[in-house]
Amino acid sequence: MSPTAVSINALAAAALIAAMVKSRKKTVMALKSAWKMFLSMLPMLIIIILLIGLLFGFVPEEDLKSFLGDQSGPVGVLVTAVVGALLHIPALLAFPLAASLIEKGASVTVAAAFLTTLTMIGMVTLPLEIKELGKKFALMRNGLSFIAALIISYLLGVFV
Amino acid sequence: MNDRKTMNMDKDMEPDMDTNADMDTNADKEKKQPADMNTSKKNASSQTKPKGKGKKSIIKQRLPAAVLAALSAVLLSLFPDTQNAFTSTVTSYSSEMISIFPAVLIIMGLMMVFVSNEFISRHLGSESGLKGMAVSFLLGTLPSGPLYMAFPMAAALRAKGARTANMVIFLSAWACIKIPQEMVELRFLGLKFMSLRLVFTIIFVLIMGLIIEKFDTPQKGNLEDA
Repeated sequence: MSPTAVSINALAAAALIAAMVKSRKKTVMALKSAWKMFLSMLPMLIIIILLIGLLFGFVPEEDLKSFLGDQSGPVGVLVTAVVGALLHIPALLAFPLAASLIEKGASVTVAAAFLTTLTMIGMVTLPLEIKELGKKFALMRNGLSFIAALIISYLLGVFV
Repeated sequence: MNDRKTMNMDKDMEPDMDTNADMDTNADKEKKQPADMNTSKKNASSQTKPKGKGKKSIIKQRLPAAVLAALSAVLLSLFPDTQNAFTSTVTSYSSEMISIFPAVLIIMGLMMVFVSNEFISRHLGSESGLKGMAVSFLLGTLPSGPLYMAFPMAAALRAKGARTANMVIFLSAWACIKIPQEMVELRFLGLKFMSLRLVFTIIFVLIMGLIIEKFDTPQKGNLEDA
């Protein structure tokens, strides 16, 4: 296991022990909800893993590079950002997908655009956001998030 | 069991929504009343999360995975030379996920149980100025629930006079900055990518908060049902 994975597991273990000391009942509840989160994520997890496998098996690196690579220009970034805004994937599963895209030749900008719009913008939850917080607030928050995501991903492409 | 659950939650809603065909509308209803759901569902079944798990939505969730699996099997048998790349990728990414996902899910589960909505609501909007922004931000990073649970909290506080900027910061932090998520990002995309994206995101969330506040500060008129 990598050092990162080891520390994440150590942190979880420490948190679990602390929680046990604090309240056994609540800890059991927490483990149950973790299990339920896992089950609800499982179909999407399988989809993502299969997609990554297919990406490596079937998509030629040059093709991916020419559309999403460093030299491909802003169209690929824009398309990825829009796709990220429309999709509704748990963020946890989006990171491996983004990593696989980079490994396969996509630019850092593309991966960052995808992740940032995916998490910041919720098209699925937009109607509810409008209802609770008003049209102006919700549309501005999501619209500005899209612009912010493009700038963030551009900056990340420059610095990473 | 699913049907019974549906009936249960429909008691105080429209009476004509007890068929599976209406599951989707029910899912929307649930979103509006997450708090009610939690209490009424605990004794109805073992599922405590407000997720709308009707038969239809379970099929809707699993069907794409099954179709994609079948499609992959067909493609792989038609093009045997891709099998190596496919299996080695699937193995390495799966083992990578297995090595951290249980830990991440446990941390999320613990935060879900130990950080209550009351705690968030109580502290959100308790400070003003820069400190208020920092508090809104930090409180947004704590919960692991879905974003739609944050809307009513933000709306209620806004109606009480909380700053619009702080609500934007709170919602955006809730949406895209989570400690467990940052850990997964760190593992898959590296320290530089993760930390820079985090820093830039924080900066832009603050800017967005201030811009939206400028254009959308509620007047007494449009606060009616917020």
